[in-house]
Amino acid sequence: MSTGAKKRIMKEYGECMADTPPGMKINFDEQNMTEWEVLMDGPDGSSYAGGHFKLKITFPNEYPFKPPVVSFKTKIYHPNVSNDDKGSMCLGLLRPDEWKPPNKVVAVLRLIHNLLVEPNPDDSIEPSIANEYKENRKEFDKNAKDWVKRYAK
Amino acid sequence: MDSDDDFNSSQMSDEDIMGDQDSDVSVEDGLPPAQSMDQDDVGFESQDKDIMPSKHAFDVDFTVYSPQQIQAYQDKQIEDVSSILGQPPEATAILLRHLRWNKERLIDQYMEKTEDILESAGLGETAQTHPPRLEKVAGFVCDICCEDDANQDTFAMKCEHRFCVDCYKQYLSTKIKDEGEAARIRCPGDGCNRVVDSKSLDLLVGEDIKDRYQVLLTRTYVDDKENLRWCPAPNCIYALQCGVKDKDLLQIVPTVHCECGHDFCFGCSLNDHQPAPCALVKKWLKKCEDDSETANWISANTKECPKCNSTIEKNGGCNHMTCRKCRNEFCWMCMGVWSEHGTSWYNCNRFEEKSGTEARDAQAKSRQSLERYLHYYNRYANHEQSAKLDKDIYLKTEKKMTALQTTTGMSWIEVQFLDAASQALQQCRQTLKWTYAFAYYLARNNATEIFEDNQKDLEMAVENLSEMFEKPIDQLQGLKVEMLDKTAYCTKRRIILLDDTAENLKSGNWEFNVSLS
Repeated sequence: MSTGAKKRIMKEYGECMADTPPGMKINFDEQNMTEWEVLMDGPDGSSYAGGHFKLKITFPNEYPFKPPVVSFKTKIYHPNVSNDDKGSMCLGLLRPDEWKPPNKVVAVLRLIHNLLVEPNPDDSIEPSIANEYKENRKEFDKNAKDWVKRYAK
Repeated sequence: MDSDDDFNSSQMSDEDIMGDQDSDVSVEDGLPPAQSMDQDDVGFESQDKDIMPSKHAFDVDFTVYSPQQIQAYQDKQIEDVSSILGQPPEATAILLRHLRWNKERLIDQYMEKTEDILESAGLGETAQTHPPRLEKVAGFVCDICCEDDANQDTFAMKCEHRFCVDCYKQYLSTKIKDEGEAARIRCPGDGCNRVVDSKSLDLLVGEDIKDRYQVLLTRTYVDDKENLRWCPAPNCIYALQCGVKDKDLLQIVPTVHCECGHDFCFGCSLNDHQPAPCALVKKWLKKCEDDSETANWISANTKECPKCNSTIEKNGGCNHMTCRKCRNEFCWMCMGVWSEHGTSWYNCNRFEEKSGTEARDAQAKSRQSLERYLHYYNRYANHEQSAKLDKDIYLKTEKKMTALQTTTGMSWIEVQFLDAASQALQQCRQTLKWTYAFAYYLARNNATEIFEDNQKDLEMAVENLSEMFEKPIDQLQGLKVEMLDKTAYCTKRRIILLDDTAENLKSGNWEFNVSLS
């Protein structure tokens, strides 16, 4: 990774610390600055309230020309998070064709926060969960809360 | 399987082909084709050329273009439109790509609402201003790398999203090299949709990336145009133009022949599959791919042991089954325990009951449809296999013939009949193969009988010719005339079959037992 990219990541870390989205905490390791660990509380009032989620943000070698990669380390019942051991997310800013180099990680964190408040079933990675979210919100809420209890306490 | 039949691609004059080319936005004006071909397959039978019409019902018109020709034609179109619009060529290129090279529509829209079209093409206001250049800006901090050196060169397009040159370069090369984008690279600015034009690009990137950019642009040009298609053969550089549209594909099977020798369908890019239309080919390949037929076979031929669930194929004998695995004894008909059958050893009471009859009917029906499928599939697969074997034998023969040439002093040209025969065999087997997929979906009517006769004749001709390849080498020279005859006959039978199927397809005389659309 180039020194420019490192410089940029450092700067972004500073920005994130100054303006951390609500309920998030970033664990930054200067020895390994391309992998951030983010601890996030489920937003109040959402189906994930009360849950504590661990996320990993990985910066690719080509950063910032390629988007960072987000993965949920804690299992979460969400239409936009893959229901596998990767827990990956791929929408909006995080898509390579949408990402622009001036975009910042803090925007990514906000995007994640907003998606927990309001999932986007139209751009889902788990169609069955998206469908349930659209057709049977009650059942979705129940499942999401269930998973919070099981995995995110 | 590809039939490298470049030998029979007789070079025709392009006049008549160019003449009835489709009239919409076309490539023909000002662009001489690399080579124009007609599917006149008669090959060696030159005397037939005078008797038979040069165009068959299964032929389509097409032209082969090299990348240089496509590039040159693109440039010419850009230049023409550029002078009409009064826009510089690099902006015109973006506009043309934006409207998928429909220049009439571009000119119309440009005249009507200039601003709108510039905006939607990512050009913003008029692009007709001072050329792009690098600048040093005091107090500038690059939003990508956070560099604030006052001496660094920076660049911005008209949208004024300014970044340092290194980041701009890096951005463009990532887009071009890693992501393979060209025509639609947007400004790196957050949310900006302005497209990076080729002049800005020239200023920023090195030669190797420029070359790649041009290749990608040419590729999108071909991809954008409905009447152009790349030859799908590996490493082939040519593109082909053909006027057949998607909606025509139910009436026509547009096989085209690339300069590289590859025959493929312009409709779906698969290898030549005449006489079967694309829709049937798709269905057939899917059917063959699915394991459903294997499952069908199992359901038609086997049952499970009621005790241990082992799959059992009954290979004859009475209904008294003994499972080899768990030694369970049961009745094949009712699947019940054998000991309960009492004295009616060879006759199960439940055999005559309604449920038993229904089960039997279902099984028979399943078996029948399976057998029908297997009939056609086996013949289809057989021709595919035989074509490979034919080729193998030919390659072996060719080696020996080369040896023969050196020992007996026979000339190269004298052994070419073998080559011709092999090519004809490949091509005919390819056709035959698809006649079976075609026949599988064909519903019986008056036309099918003629088709089956044609199929039979071609098959016989092909097998006769194929057989000759197996003769020992020393006899081959003596069989030259016979082989030439048989080659010509095969080719002729193929043309007759394809002519008939293509004509009936065009006039809608075939009935299929599946829906094509």
